[in-house]
Amino acid sequence: MSELFSKKNKEAFTLPLSKDNPVTVQVLGICSALAVTAQLEPAIVMGLAVTIIVAFSNVIISLMRNTIPTRIRIIVQLVVVAALVTIVNQVLKAFAYNVAQALSVYVGLIITNCILMGRLEAFAMTNKPWPSFLDGLGNGLGYAKILVIVAFFRELLGSGTIFGVNILNYECVKNAGYMNNGMMLMPAMALIVVACIVWWQRAHNKDLQEK
Amino acid sequence: MANEQKKGLSTNSNAYTLIYAAVLVVIVAFLLSFVSSTLHERQLANEKIDKKSQILAAINVVDQADVEAAYSKYVKEAIVINEHGQVAEGDGFDVDFGKKTDKDHLPLYKCEVDGAVKYIIPVKGNGLWGPIWGYVGLNDDKSTVYGIYFNHEGETPGLGAEIVTNGFREPFKGKHIKNAAGEVVSIAVVKKGIKVEGQDQVDAISGGTITSVGVNDMLKNSLSSYKEFLTK
Repeated sequence: MSELFSKKNKEAFTLPLSKDNPVTVQVLGICSALAVTAQLEPAIVMGLAVTIIVAFSNVIISLMRNTIPTRIRIIVQLVVVAALVTIVNQVLKAFAYNVAQALSVYVGLIITNCILMGRLEAFAMTNKPWPSFLDGLGNGLGYAKILVIVAFFRELLGSGTIFGVNILNYECVKNAGYMNNGMMLMPAMALIVVACIVWWQRAHNKDLQEK
Repeated sequence: MANEQKKGLSTNSNAYTLIYAAVLVVIVAFLLSFVSSTLHERQLANEKIDKKSQILAAINVVDQADVEAAYSKYVKEAIVINEHGQVAEGDGFDVDFGKKTDKDHLPLYKCEVDGAVKYIIPVKGNGLWGPIWGYVGLNDDKSTVYGIYFNHEGETPGLGAEIVTNGFREPFKGKHIKNAAGEVVSIAVVKKGIKVEGQDQVDAISGGTITSVGVNDMLKNSLSSYKEFLTK
């Protein structure tokens, strides 16, 4: 038991949530962070889907790591990820059709998410399955965390809603001179919100500051 | 790489690499085809139920509890007509209203809601990223919109994807697809503040211009195929 939750294993899980966040520090998965954060709901769905897929593909690649020929390792990783994503999508379509509908295009986006390849290459190829699983979970959740924060601000300031529930779209708010900012719905604003998070994180964490 | 653990077999030899790739591909191919063939029937059934619930949404029946029962209660007939408005052979529900409109096989649903006859016309077009489609529910005057449903494959959430929301669909209700002279002119989807002469209009989605234009064109093109039926 003590070995399962050793300091190193714990760090594999907790570091990506803070000091080694895949989006704000490793700068991976930015493209999908722009695409799905106009609203909270798809952001959460995408975050969870990526978490599950990263965790399991990390385990599979970690189990195979000693047999994979070095020269075709990227292709092997890609095949495993693509197969896993396709199977998950097929199962969802058969048993949870509504979820599959909600995921629709994001499923394809998961395969191309740089976090997956980044973690497989940097961690799962050189670590045992259990730490790889924790690393996958940590990175997936670290990604989901940023997505949710960005989506929260984009949906609130852009559409005046949270989870589609009206928050700011009232006459009295409009009369006070407040307007929803359509700019927030544009993908470019996601970059700016991400940049604000990076700024905040660096200001609070001495380790991340360049000398 | 630090993971090269020698086990008598070199993982770097050409033969090993080739065999590894071949075996991996065969395993994955087998897995995928197995999953796909075992789940195919369930998926088809789900798609049918989903299509039925979309059709029902066009006559404002959104009770999702038992789609099959609601469908057989409201939708009396699913027929196929040609562009001259004559009834052709086949079941309207099974017509794949695909990419190209087949002018000889146009699906049409005849429904009854509280004793009144409603018609549902499927429409199909292109959004910004992929196909968009919908169902237009008409009153028995074949002009007044009773209810409308839109869906899309991959429009941008918060922008183009807003076409599925009630906020976008609600204004269509009560609008007319025919002008005063009885010609089919469709309903225009235009930017707020712009006035269109000769046809009813609804507001486009701000930030979702291309999807809105797609909806506008989709209604215009698809409804024009039904011109003869609608003016008869």
